[in-house]
Amino acid sequence: MIADAGLTIAVPRGALFKETLDRLDALGVDTREVRANDRKLVFPDVGIVTMRPSDVPTYVEHGAADIGITGKDVLLEQAHRRVYELLDLGFGYCRMVVAARAGDDPLGEPLRRSGIVRIATKYPRIATDYFTGTGRQAEIVEVKGSVEIAPLIGLTDAIVDLTATGTTLTENNLVEVEQIAEATARLIANPVSHKLKAREIDQVVARMRTPAA
Amino acid sequence: MIHPLPPGTRDVLPDEARELRQLGGRLRAVFERDGYGEIQTPALEYEDVLRLGDDRAAGAAFRLFDDQGRVLVLRADGTIPAARLVANRFADAPLPLRLFYFAHAYRAVERGAAQSREFLQAGLELMGSDAPEGDAEIVAVVLEALSSAGLRRHRIGLGDASIYPLLLAQSGVPEAERATLLAHLQRRDLPALQADVDRLGLSAATRDMLLAPATLRGGPEVLERATGPLAVAVENLRRIHELVSERNGAEADRMIFDLGLAREMSYYTGTVFEVYDPAVGYALGGGGRYDDLCGKFGRPLPACGLALDVQRVHMAQLEEERLG
Repeated sequence: MIADAGLTIAVPRGALFKETLDRLDALGVDTREVRANDRKLVFPDVGIVTMRPSDVPTYVEHGAADIGITGKDVLLEQAHRRVYELLDLGFGYCRMVVAARAGDDPLGEPLRRSGIVRIATKYPRIATDYFTGTGRQAEIVEVKGSVEIAPLIGLTDAIVDLTATGTTLTENNLVEVEQIAEATARLIANPVSHKLKAREIDQVVARMRTPAA
Repeated sequence: MIHPLPPGTRDVLPDEARELRQLGGRLRAVFERDGYGEIQTPALEYEDVLRLGDDRAAGAAFRLFDDQGRVLVLRADGTIPAARLVANRFADAPLPLRLFYFAHAYRAVERGAAQSREFLQAGLELMGSDAPEGDAEIVAVVLEALSSAGLRRHRIGLGDASIYPLLLAQSGVPEAERATLLAHLQRRDLPALQADVDRLGLSAATRDMLLAPATLRGGPEVLERATGPLAVAVENLRRIHELVSERNGAEADRMIFDLGLAREMSYYTGTVFEVYDPAVGYALGGGGRYDDLCGKFGRPLPACGLALDVQRVHMAQLEEERLG
């Protein structure tokens, strides 16, 4: 369905990994070797390459993979990537939110007193667009991991981050203040592959649209 | 000590330069055989002049001031300068005008996206020739030039910039929503397109008609699958396919039709083209019909053209040689 159709699919490791492989199983792709290997990244026999979710649009844009699966959050953050978004796969639901320490007015207070709010995030483009779009000045501080600690130790006033259940926020005494966007897993395609391998890609789309079929 | 280059620019060393020159020579030979004459225009133009052709001056990104304080830009495409040149220099020349150029163009790049700020274009412009004959000539010449350059798997995709705006107008989609839907189609964000079309509460048939162009692509059989108002809109594409088939049946098999194809430039009014090769993840070039552009410079002419990115064609050529 993938390799025998001459396609390569970029599969995200991490939170979307298992459900992605389940969907590929439903297409008749043998994912046992992929599941059994934590370190091997390329599986040419079944047309699968595995990578971080944020790298999927890069490989697909350059045509190193014809299609790929990644989160809408990644696509929003990398809006400049020229990839086609073919299907909302529905799984991996989570939300991009603004969160701050529990308190009366975590964003209003700094805005009133210094005219600017400081935001730590792994998603600088989404955060910048959101605060610009809502007419507030924000200083965006990009961090690479564990963004929750930033407001706790005074780096920033609040964070912009992805949350699925809210548990991590709660455990760090943070509360959701505003919701920016909802995100689910998406099937994306390289624009040239989308035309030159139209029939093969359409078959994958049709089968993924109705996973039970 | 390493002296940096601006991102998106590069040096070309003798081996590559020799190959690029040979590639250029093969393309040029086909262009000249088919009656196209070479033009050269300055890399620097007045910004306000280029803006006559497109409000973004085709995406010009680099500006400087001359000694009079006028704003100069590095050209971002070859088509607007060609339209300007025709109005200036060929005001009453007999038609059609067949022109080509090999010229660098300059655009902004995204960091880390492997895009070029400076790229060499091989462009064809055919002015004073209507659809579909003019479109078919451009398609045929470009396909023959690429075959002559040693490509074997290249394809040309054809769409029509007028199709989707027409469908939107006929479907009774409110004016305010049309730009959003068109933007979704251009980005091929199909979940967003579907969600926004669903929200309009249209009949099932209208809804399907607005979603169909996003996935209708393939060989000439795609044109048969177009129904309703779409069938009328694709008539021009059907005629182009017939004309190219009459001229060169083997090359006509390289044509694919993509009813959702859209190009970035605002000046396209009809057929749009994109050139592909499976060896390269990006389009090798593109173009289209721009019937209103020349008039903005004072000589109204139906016209179309296509520009190839020479370095990308070279990448495809190298891959063909590697495959043997």
